[in-house]
Amino acid sequence: MSMLQGNKSAGRLTKRIIPCLDIKDGRTVKGTNFVDLRDAGDPVELGALYAQQGADELVFLDITATVEKRKTLSELVNKIAHHINIPFTVGGGISSVEDVQVLLQNGADKISVNTSAFKRPALLRELEKEFGSQCVVLAIDTKKEADGEWYVYLNGGRTKTEMKCTDWAYQAVELGAGEILLTSMNHDGTKSGFALDITRKLSDILPVPVIASGGGGTMEHFVDVFRNGHADAALAASIFHFKEIPIPDLKNYLAENGIVVRV
Amino acid sequence: MNLAIVKYNAGNIQSVLYALERIGVEATVTDDQDFLRKADKVIFPGVGEASSAMQYLRERGIDKLLTSLTQPVLGICLGMQLMCQYSEENDTDCLGIFDEKVLKFDVAGATERIKVPQIGWNTIYNLKTPLFKGLPENSFCYFVHGYHAALGEHTIATTDYIQPYSSALHRDNFYGVQFHPEKSAAVGEQIIKNFLAI
Repeated sequence: MSMLQGNKSAGRLTKRIIPCLDIKDGRTVKGTNFVDLRDAGDPVELGALYAQQGADELVFLDITATVEKRKTLSELVNKIAHHINIPFTVGGGISSVEDVQVLLQNGADKISVNTSAFKRPALLRELEKEFGSQCVVLAIDTKKEADGEWYVYLNGGRTKTEMKCTDWAYQAVELGAGEILLTSMNHDGTKSGFALDITRKLSDILPVPVIASGGGGTMEHFVDVFRNGHADAALAASIFHFKEIPIPDLKNYLAENGIVVRV
Repeated sequence: MNLAIVKYNAGNIQSVLYALERIGVEATVTDDQDFLRKADKVIFPGVGEASSAMQYLRERGIDKLLTSLTQPVLGICLGMQLMCQYSEENDTDCLGIFDEKVLKFDVAGATERIKVPQIGWNTIYNLKTPLFKGLPENSFCYFVHGYHAALGEHTIATTDYIQPYSSALHRDNFYGVQFHPEKSAAVGEQIIKNFLAI
């Protein structure tokens, strides 16, 4: 296996590539193009395939609408933890220490919070105190408005706030967030490249890693977000699901362009 | 084989159990001292804070038990740090199995923009002992930590982050790794298998 062959880029922390899987009622949604999978809707099977291909971490985002169906999430997390040998983050609808406890006990390495932390920032402090900041990822959906400022949006991008992205990120890290997952709504789904300016700004001012999300469409975009956006990690979904960019090709391309990656 | 995982007030213990399951090995998560003493091998995992972990171990006498073990013992992450002499994390005296000290990363000494804790994949080199059998120099492992063990006579793997430090330690029957073999893909699985074969 290639991972056992070592690498010449010794002694440096690598930039991470993170596929994101949207989960609804325990199944992967948004569709996939993996004809070689027995069941493309099975998040465990898809996640294991990505891990085998060299993904550095995985994010599972639960978009299940109803609270009662969310109970299937902890069972799914348990199944993922049994089968996948790289770290993974679970997000979606988490709003309490108890929610996190269940997910971590079932084997999640990190959890991500978004709207619930914005509405009650003390949640971040509680999670940090109970579990440590290394497992607390704050997801921020942000949009650049006509005034040129990036604002925080809630509820999956449906609700605008008056909070500037940088202010919220800075405050959240002070409270205990150990990583920031930054999604640019202006770029998400466009495949026109990541939001380099806000990613770079956050990454340069914050003492914690920033995961860039939204807009990755070509392998050059990933080089850009690491080199010019100063991102610590980059997340994408459909380009991996539809095999537009195979992970091994992306890793090799990054390495050829001087980005330190695990290949 | 009777394999025990030390149960205490630190996180991530389940992940180690699952990683063992993936390679077809059963283990028992326990704080039963008799069981731990008689086990063929002991894994001492953990993610968390040093002083509260040490306090928990001392209150239950697990500290003395761990230092008295003669079978192969593998500390992981916080487990490895607790096996050292001392940790700067809340000024904590640790188990003293390894002479090395656990220090905070010196961000001020960094020559480039660098973040603490270190989160992600980094390489291990200067590999010694059968723990790394079959693994090439500069293999990738997954790390999450804000403190690191200095280099010393017990160092059996080195990693660079700001400065070179001990990513694995060894003395007699005791082994410790700073990274998470249970989350380090094929490399981690090989290291776990190697430990089980010691």
